[in-house]
Amino acid sequence: MHMTRREFIRNTAVAVAANVAGIALPAGATNVLLEGDLTQLKWSKAPCRFCGTGCSVNVAVKNGQVVATHGDQLAEVNRGLNCIKGYFLSKIMYGADRLTAPMLRKKDGAYAKDGEFTEVSWDEAFDVMAAQFKRVLKEKGPEAVGMFGSGQWTVWEGYAANKLFKAGLRSNNIDPNARHCMASAVMGFMRTFGMDEPMGCYDDIEATDAFVLWGSNMAEMHPILWTRVTDRRLSNPHVKVAVLSTFEHRSFELADIPIVFTPQTDLVILNYIANHIIQSGKVNKDFVDRHTTFKQGVTDIGYGLRPDNPLELKARNAKDPNAGEAIDFARFAAFVAPYTLEKAVAMTGVEKGWLQQLAELYADPGTKVVSFWTMGFNQHTRGVWANNMVYNIHLLTGKIATPGNSPFSLTGQPSACGTAREVGTFSHRLPADMVVNNPEHRRHAEDIWAIPHGIIQPKPGFHAVEQNRKLRDGVLNAYWVQVNNNMQAGANLMQETYPGYRDPRNFIVVSDAYPTVTAQAADLILPAAMWVEKEGAYGNAERRTQFWHQLVKAPGQAKSDLWQLMEFSKRFTTDECWPADILAAHPSFKGKTLFDVLFRNGKVDQFPTSQIEAGYDNDESAAFGFYVQKGLFEEYASFGRGHGHDLAPFDAYHQARGLRWPVVDGKETRWRYREGSDPYVKAGTGFQFYGNPDGRAVIWALPYEPPAEMPDAEYDLWLSTGRILEHWHSGSMTMRVPELYRAFPEAVVFMNPDDAKARGFKRGDQVKLVSRRGEMRSRVETRGRNRMPRGVVFVPWFDAGQLINKVTLDATDPISKQTDYKKCAVKVVAV
Amino acid sequence: MRDKPLVALAIVVVLAAIAVGYAVGRRKAPPPPSPAAETTTAYSPADNAGAPPASGQIDAIRRGIPVDQEGEPPLMARVENTDVKRNRAYPMQPPTIPHSIDNYQIDRNSNRCLLCHARANADKFQAPPVSVTHYMDRDDQFLATISPRRYFCNQCHVVQTDAKPLVANNFKDIDTILSGQIDQPQQKAN
Repeated sequence: MHMTRREFIRNTAVAVAANVAGIALPAGATNVLLEGDLTQLKWSKAPCRFCGTGCSVNVAVKNGQVVATHGDQLAEVNRGLNCIKGYFLSKIMYGADRLTAPMLRKKDGAYAKDGEFTEVSWDEAFDVMAAQFKRVLKEKGPEAVGMFGSGQWTVWEGYAANKLFKAGLRSNNIDPNARHCMASAVMGFMRTFGMDEPMGCYDDIEATDAFVLWGSNMAEMHPILWTRVTDRRLSNPHVKVAVLSTFEHRSFELADIPIVFTPQTDLVILNYIANHIIQSGKVNKDFVDRHTTFKQGVTDIGYGLRPDNPLELKARNAKDPNAGEAIDFARFAAFVAPYTLEKAVAMTGVEKGWLQQLAELYADPGTKVVSFWTMGFNQHTRGVWANNMVYNIHLLTGKIATPGNSPFSLTGQPSACGTAREVGTFSHRLPADMVVNNPEHRRHAEDIWAIPHGIIQPKPGFHAVEQNRKLRDGVLNAYWVQVNNNMQAGANLMQETYPGYRDPRNFIVVSDAYPTVTAQAADLILPAAMWVEKEGAYGNAERRTQFWHQLVKAPGQAKSDLWQLMEFSKRFTTDECWPADILAAHPSFKGKTLFDVLFRNGKVDQFPTSQIEAGYDNDESAAFGFYVQKGLFEEYASFGRGHGHDLAPFDAYHQARGLRWPVVDGKETRWRYREGSDPYVKAGTGFQFYGNPDGRAVIWALPYEPPAEMPDAEYDLWLSTGRILEHWHSGSMTMRVPELYRAFPEAVVFMNPDDAKARGFKRGDQVKLVSRRGEMRSRVETRGRNRMPRGVVFVPWFDAGQLINKVTLDATDPISKQTDYKKCAVKVVAV
Repeated sequence: MRDKPLVALAIVVVLAAIAVGYAVGRRKAPPPPSPAAETTTAYSPADNAGAPPASGQIDAIRRGIPVDQEGEPPLMARVENTDVKRNRAYPMQPPTIPHSIDNYQIDRNSNRCLLCHARANADKFQAPPVSVTHYMDRDDQFLATISPRRYFCNQCHVVQTDAKPLVANNFKDIDTILSGQIDQPQQKAN
């Protein structure tokens, strides 16, 4: 049977080929070209555009077009491999609907909120935009302007945006979409270690005995790291893999310890493990005594909803959720003592044996453990706690900062670490872990930026979720969105996000490469250059900074975000933006443009364009007359050098396949905080968690608290949302790659077959998902890659055609302000 | 020229009506196997891909439905199951899977894909054996069997449904660019 069918196919194919021969076949198919000059491809390296893994790819260019990409053999991260998305990077820039000219909503020849999108020149676009920003600045001050940026910004784009807003326009209302994915990880690091980002690195994968995935589906979301985990597990039979989630997904295919728990009860499991370690006498006393302290955090901290929400009014510590008091080991032990195995089984719904096996991985001193987590922890109304609590179990056992012992927070975006976190584009941050509400930090930043003291505002600005609320309330009125798609991402779309964008009081600018739903909701759309259409730098999850050159030209009039930010800054003067008394005290700054004081400050403009590597374009530097990226990078790097965030000289990154900071004396650091591996740790100390003044990491006593919303009689299902393998970044690029689109063209509602049957649904039926906030239509999927337990549905959010954020709840972790996209209550009904 | 979009639109509408009718009629019974020839033609994205859709709606993924409204989600696309190999956009592209993989077990103990695609089995099933790179470890050494780092096939190889792309893609493969170059030999390579 099989053979005859194959033969049939082959014969058909031959016939078809013969028919079309000579008509449409490209030359290469009939006469093979071998001539050297013609067949040479120019290959250059670049990091992948998609996730935080930070794979390096080789990019082939011919006649100004990217014609092929493949995994970079020389890159430590991926050693020649790519995932399905990475293999199709070649096509992401060539969607037929690339934005190639600015578009302004106009009526009768002038800007109008209810006008139609009309192509305009860059001059007209910036004229209108500057007029709107100036109107708002004049009427209401810098608190009424803002920007929503991205973990997909290049390092220098984020840095330039941070300067333009925090120093130029004097507004701290700048936040990245990384707030939606990494903020809980950041606050977890800051509370435990006093310093952001992981101590370990991917090398831990090849050195460990056990992997524990806490709310991370690496098989789909970090496929190349998953290949390394798979390699380690299958090559070494003693290695164990534990996978924890609220439903069964592809990572369970490798699981030795599969755990599906009731949503929110990961907090119970974490405290049960801490208790198990203590009860079984497996605490590493020497490590704990020398390198840790204990704190008890405040509880009943609310859910980051609007302040007048009943849940917030009821919460005792909603105002200061980050507070805590020092305790000792005995009090910590007593705090976690109630989290017994029996209690854990009852609350989580997990079988006893699995929980015991999981706890033993951590407790057994002979087992090295890597814990991985992503959105399951971070998008959690107690996400900061979950981060702190996983550090607890690594610290109690001393399983940290040594090869194979690694609590490791994975990132979703390619430069969530490099740009959003390290550059400090959050509304409360400055570069190198500094914060705006610390007067010393502000002074230091002002010194490096060569601007007068007093320019940077001390009050943190509006964070991502708050920005949407303030737009909705008409408090924030001039708003610039770059490299993100918040109309598709921001929770509670119809009540919070959409009305604010379309409010006539507000002027919304969206810079993007493609016409997204966010662009649709804008008043002015600016066409953006993307990926290798500009010189760039990203920082991945293991502190690795990677550079790439501009390899091709952007289409039409599309310009990089960096050019947009710098060019726009020329339209403002210090007199319009800075207080008169500061200018009077520093008259040399009077009458200057923001471009002059921020980017022609003798630092950013110090490198000539002649230093650009031969053979590569650099459109921004050509436009401004100096090597823009180098100047911005070197000024930025001066924040961290000598302070544990050391970056190598600019040019080194164009040669290396990335370097992991701190880079001291030309050497990268693989494990921080450990003597012999981290140059900042003093001899004789063993370990030093030098982010905290006492050099100790904090073990936090934190309880289980319920989520903001749980299923009830009417809204009877948990809704979890997330990503899938084939699509990333809201699908704005991947939905325009035919192979990726056709692999998974539309969102579906993954549902347990019995749940579907009980509601009278079959696979493929059209349904409505309804929450207290809105509804969305989709189709039922009872098969495929996810196996849902009863009572839980999963909807991926990549599909602009099915906006699941009409349904999700805008509850956040009160400490990190990161939205919980994994838990809200819905019902699924027939249309 | 001016009539062209109208004609195209009429064709799209008729085809859509047929497709919907076919799909609606099909939903009760399992689909008949589709003839191989039907799917050897490349996909043809909507003719207006690249231009803003009607009524000021610019995001083609929303199929013309405004952000604050809900449209009927398209019928679930079917996985193409023809065993006809597809062209690769460049030599290093992992081939897409030309058949259905429903209920394929791939886990620690079993890998259904390798039943046919392993070197030793490829002849029996006339399946393309996995490429030589799949036997290499992280340090490019050849192993006796498939490399564990390549074990989960669907991280790189995916099926293709019959969904019609909503946006065309103007990527040009190397042959197209080279043939253009032969026509204009003076043009200097980048």
